Amino acid sequence: MDYINAIVLLLNYIFVPALAYGSQLALGAIFVTLIYGILRFANFATGDMMSFGTMVTILFTWYFQSLGISLGILPTALIAIPFAIIFMVGYMLLIDKFVFKYYRVSKSPPVQLAMVSIGVMFVTQAVVRIIIGPSDRRFFDGEKFLIKAGEFKEMTGLNEGLAIKSTQVITIVVTLILVSTLFWFLNKTKTGKSMRAYSDNEDLALLSGIDPKKIVMITWIIAGVLATIGGALYGLDKSFKPFTYFNNMLPIFAAAIVGGIGNPFGAFLGGYVIAFSEILLTYAYKKFFMYLLPESLEPNTLVQLLSTDYKFAVSFSILVIVLLYRPSGIFKGKIL
Amino acid sequence: MRKNLNVIAAYTIMLGLIILVGIFQSWNIALSIFNLCLISAVMTMGANIQWGYAGLINFGIMGYTALGGLAAVLISVDPVKEAWSAGGSNILFSLLLIIGMVLAVRYVLKKYEKSKVRTYIIATIIIAGIIIIRFVSEPGIEAIEEVDPAKTGFLGGFGLPIIFSWIVGALFAGGLAFVIGKVALGLRADYLAIATLLISEIVIAIIKHEDWLTRGVKNVIGLKRPAPYEVNLQQTDWFINLVEKFNSSKLNLITDLTERQAALNQFVIEGSSIFVKLCYSGLFLIVVIILLILTQKALYSPWGRMMRAIRDNEEAANAMGKNVVKQHLLIFVLGSAIVGIAGAMLVTQDGLFTPGSYRPMRYTFLIWVMVIVGGSGNNFGAILGGFVVWFLWIESAPIGLYLVNLTTAGLADTHFLKVHLIESVPYFRFLMMGIGLLLIMRYRPKGILPEKIEIK
Repeated sequence: MDYINAIVLLLNYIFVPALAYGSQLALGAIFVTLIYGILRFANFATGDMMSFGTMVTILFTWYFQSLGISLGILPTALIAIPFAIIFMVGYMLLIDKFVFKYYRVSKSPPVQLAMVSIGVMFVTQAVVRIIIGPSDRRFFDGEKFLIKAGEFKEMTGLNEGLAIKSTQVITIVVTLILVSTLFWFLNKTKTGKSMRAYSDNEDLALLSGIDPKKIVMITWIIAGVLATIGGALYGLDKSFKPFTYFNNMLPIFAAAIVGGIGNPFGAFLGGYVIAFSEILLTYAYKKFFMYLLPESLEPNTLVQLLSTDYKFAVSFSILVIVLLYRPSGIFKGKIL
Repeated sequence: MRKNLNVIAAYTIMLGLIILVGIFQSWNIALSIFNLCLISAVMTMGANIQWGYAGLINFGIMGYTALGGLAAVLISVDPVKEAWSAGGSNILFSLLLIIGMVLAVRYVLKKYEKSKVRTYIIATIIIAGIIIIRFVSEPGIEAIEEVDPAKTGFLGGFGLPIIFSWIVGALFAGGLAFVIGKVALGLRADYLAIATLLISEIVIAIIKHEDWLTRGVKNVIGLKRPAPYEVNLQQTDWFINLVEKFNSSKLNLITDLTERQAALNQFVIEGSSIFVKLCYSGLFLIVVIILLILTQKALYSPWGRMMRAIRDNEEAANAMGKNVVKQHLLIFVLGSAIVGIAGAMLVTQDGLFTPGSYRPMRYTFLIWVMVIVGGSGNNFGAILGGFVVWFLWIESAPIGLYLVNLTTAGLADTHFLKVHLIESVPYFRFLMMGIGLLLIMRYRPKGILPEKIEIK
């Protein structure tokens, strides 16, 4: 019985939250990796682009709520997301046309493009804050829990409860669908294959008649989809605050690089690596050991490897270690 | 003279703008903008050495600034004796352990060939070391944090004049940069940017949460000043006389004695804060001028020429027998040390250390905007960038308000759009910075005052 309790404890506090957080990071990391692989620069505006997408989602959600449209137990935001994506893709293409295109055409070094993306970051951040303000917004509605801790206890007769939020399930399901569609697209369709070819060797791809304009446009469209969905899922699960989104850029970068930048599958796994290590290293295992060990051996400290204050620092340390020992990332392999 | 006309013109316009603020808003605001412009200028000089001279991207400016601030605290605060007796020995012992650990790692690195076993040995040393240090330091840390937590709860510093911290801040930042440079400088440009950004976040996390050293988010307030205090000034005779002399024309208009006294008091209060700010301006100006002379000399020295050669073509410089790795490390340390000075100056001016206020937007990206806008590779440009960008950063709110009022003039004061826009005026500074950066990068990629190299 104690063993099951211990396992449920870990499931409740580590596995489920890490899986949801990891999925959110993974979407962002694929976004970073796609931009890096095809447009060849580190996009420092990542977090703010995600917050822009989330903002549009929230605005649509409010609009639908005012019209009285809802999905019952599911959050209204799910209907808002497709509309937000259209908006977001438009914004991305607009930015590309007026900002990034010039540098791409004149073949500027990647560093310059990264600097330009900082300009985009400032502008996007300003737009988001001017439109929706800097404060915390919750836009979740519908049923909050799929399984409540109390119900779970009653059902199984265990001491430990397992609470699963519906947003966590939605996050994981949506991520899986989205990512598998994306991999299918990249690996099976002609456009996807030409994207990979372009990422692998630009000149060769151009020689074989691949249209770079189309590739770039599709990249931005996919990026817009990923940014909006990733951002909206994070906002549904936690809450929407522009500053948090800006900060999320850092673990997202970490995930993308740990997974091997330019490699979408690596980025996908990298998100989970970062999320799990953050939560595993900062969780206090006292209760876990109390279930497993006999009373005489029970720990009297928290058995916490690092205090939760260092949550972000964990992912950054992993990144630094990976950069030092395997600069090409854990899941090295073909480019894109 | 002719060649430097644009430099002189740019600086005159900038000073004119600050003077205009002094006339139309108040001299107090103008001087505080000026002081922060000077501090920003020091930071941009540091970033400019790295980016403009050597082409190294350092997005860790925030970390060095915070370390400089930490130096200010550790130098100027009086030591907390109870805390030292409660847990000082544990902390010192842990420090010894850390030094021992580093030496052990170094020994292993030197003694054995690169192999998997070596990596594992090093990993074991580090993990075992961390666990031992945690066990040793934990009781000490708890004891220290329990000493009067509302007021102290940390070890305090050395109780020296805060001015010394400017040098110590440089040493701290330089030391950190040495470590970072050793491990990260081999990375490609954009990787280096991300790595330094994340490392600076780790530094901030440590400063925020190691309460025994920095008081963390409880902040350290009331640091000693190198300048006189307003309250003391207001009671000194020579200062009151000085203020009287300055404002004699206005004071003479008032005939009533009590009213005259009241007016004088008002002038003295205003004057004292301006006087204190002027003291800071003087100190900061000295730092900026010294640094400017040094960096200018360096830029035109054979060493500066070599740095540019490395920046423009690393392989060629390497082939000419220049040690690229060593020079990169040197310049990384130097630039970071200058940023450290700026961090200490900032805390000195504010008189308080608030770890929570170090955010990458303000301390890393804004400084980069300054470098790019001002003109990378040109010291005068970098300083000008610091001035222009900081000026806009502060003044964009009034400008934004003016623009909002202008564009929404037709709407009623209670119209929701107008109310909303006026509420979000503070965020126009981000918009202005972003658009400014994008425009400069597009139409004047070398900055307002571009780099221009002449052999002297």
